[in-house]
Amino acid sequence: MPTLKEISGRPEILAPGHRMCAGCGAPVVVRQIMKALREDEHVVVGNATGCLEVSTTIYPFTSWRCSWIHNAFENAAATLSGVEAAYRSLKRQGKVKAEFKFIAFGGDGGTYDIGLQSLSGAMERGHKMVYVCYDNGAYMNTGIQRSSATPLGADTTTSPVGKVIPGKTRPRKDLTEIMAAHNIPYVAQVAPSHWNDLVTKVRKALDADGPAFINALAPCPRGWRYDSADTIEMCRLAVETCFWPLYEVVDGKVKVTVKPREKKPVRAFLEAQGRFKHLFEPQNERIIDEIQAIVDAKWANLLARSEQA
Amino acid sequence: MGKRVALTGNEATALAMRQINPDVVAAYPITPQTDIVQYFSQFVADGQVKTEFVTVESEHSAMSATVGAAAAGARAMTATSSQGLALMWEVVYIAASLRLPIVMPVVNRALSAPINIHCDHSDTMGARDSGWIQLYSENAQEAYDNLIQAVRIAEHQDVRLPVMVCQDGFITSHGLDSIEILEDAEVQRFIGELKPSYPLLDPEHPVTIGALDLQNWYLEHKRQQAEAMKNALRVIPEVAAEYAKLTGREYGYFEKYRLDDAEIGLVALNSSAGTIKAEIDELRNSGVKVGLLKPRVFRPLPAKELREALLHLKVIGVLDRADSFSAFGGPLFTEIRSALYGAQIPVLDFIYGLGGRDFTMTDAGNIVEKLAKVARDGKVEEPITYYGVRE
Repeated sequence: MPTLKEISGRPEILAPGHRMCAGCGAPVVVRQIMKALREDEHVVVGNATGCLEVSTTIYPFTSWRCSWIHNAFENAAATLSGVEAAYRSLKRQGKVKAEFKFIAFGGDGGTYDIGLQSLSGAMERGHKMVYVCYDNGAYMNTGIQRSSATPLGADTTTSPVGKVIPGKTRPRKDLTEIMAAHNIPYVAQVAPSHWNDLVTKVRKALDADGPAFINALAPCPRGWRYDSADTIEMCRLAVETCFWPLYEVVDGKVKVTVKPREKKPVRAFLEAQGRFKHLFEPQNERIIDEIQAIVDAKWANLLARSEQA
Repeated sequence: MGKRVALTGNEATALAMRQINPDVVAAYPITPQTDIVQYFSQFVADGQVKTEFVTVESEHSAMSATVGAAAAGARAMTATSSQGLALMWEVVYIAASLRLPIVMPVVNRALSAPINIHCDHSDTMGARDSGWIQLYSENAQEAYDNLIQAVRIAEHQDVRLPVMVCQDGFITSHGLDSIEILEDAEVQRFIGELKPSYPLLDPEHPVTIGALDLQNWYLEHKRQQAEAMKNALRVIPEVAAEYAKLTGREYGYFEKYRLDDAEIGLVALNSSAGTIKAEIDELRNSGVKVGLLKPRVFRPLPAKELREALLHLKVIGVLDRADSFSAFGGPLFTEIRSALYGAQIPVLDFIYGLGGRDFTMTDAGNIVEKLAKVARDGKVEEPITYYGVRE
């Protein structure tokens, strides 16, 4: 496990001066992920359209101190699979000598929804890349529209709380399990509150002999409606309530990597955010129970499958 | 040099791809392009190419991966038809706007709906404003020759634009033809080494590709793209001249067939040109002064040269194997009329052959007869007609 001192000494690949919102989880996730790279490793980043892309590369500026490509919204994985194929071809021909790693970043919209086919194809084909979804649970870039990663009950601009409908009516898609079902060498869920767990997992993903998928929680102060100073606290609550379990799937074997000392009720996570405020009105309390039931079932399932640590 | 072989258009295309030996091919099968992908897969399986072959899960990903590979610094190709090109659409524009020298054979097929697997040009005509260079091919020989030249055109420093090489689905792609091919080494010498501009895989010079480009720069970048297309007008004949030295086969912006002393002119793309040439020979024997202009380069549009080649005619019939649904004729018609702006020549549009409807010498003769009447009477009753349609 790396120490904080070691990690903080490693180069910052995402330069300051970008225009992400104060308190945004995404650049925190990106910086921690890039800290898993060794100094002798070069990296090409593929970025789906989204907050991270638009805010870090406003021409003629860029925050990326590595090679970076944005193609479109739904095709970060396909684009990077082309880059990686080119690398294998040119390396074999002796035209490229340096060691390169390949990391894709997409939000939940670009990954769970519009980019799912592209991602699935790239993983099945076995391209050696780490695909990172920074999951903030909605289309934040276009103004907080629901995605398939949006939790049950959340108030978004396309699942608004109205007189008859109390926010999003469907539970979230479990993308991490979908990726695990691709039987790729490495799949993990991470949160930047647990930086040590995160960096360790990303290193495993980079060293995997094949594709790897990382689902990273990246709270959005505007979309979730909390104070921008509390981003890491939101992550901690998500982990401690088991709303966002930290686990990995290595060659099909599940391992829960962080077990909360005391599993908090999911209310603790929900009540901290404005997007769930309406759930605490008496007529909507049943939705909290539903969310709790979903969280409990998932957590029990993970523990049952997890190797005894 | 100059080995003669019997190949279909798709076989000739796959052969040219093997001889080009790209670093990366990312492709998805679709009728009638499918056997290009199959033949190429076999070349990969037999170790005949150095190519990394990416068997993508859709055409959208085919073009996306090809863009990634080209941006990385690889010579990258894909191939498609019809719905496949339609699914790629978004990324087709991106490939051109990122100035990536991708080469893509397109086997022309009608677009849905209704679903139809046969030839027309609605697929590539829809992509005519995507910023790609478009070369059209009458037969397997031209499909082969255009593909090899396309690499040089695309990768020229003053151009840096992707190129589509179009041929007619089934008619050309699956028809056996006698063609002359080059040796592998001759193709390699002709195309040379790719010198990538700003590759992602240069460890010393990291680059940002595909940045957000707002009001203060977007217009300048589009202007540069337009300039590259203008430069292609200069580069395409230069490449053709070099290719002619190697092969003896001459390629211009277009081919003129018995046009210079003609009074009646036809304009048609791809395989129908062959049918029309045969009919022209018959008609010439009976004294009808008819000729053909077959565009090879549709994007960029060599408007000045088209005008010069057509200006002496008494009447022009444009054959459009696609409709633009503008209620003002097909895409070739509007371009030819625009090139002839101000000239007092009647130009008629014949929208024909949609969805693979057969086009015979008799059909060509019927169209010439209609044009001859316009030339005689000086009257155009209806400039835009759907040839052979059951009304």
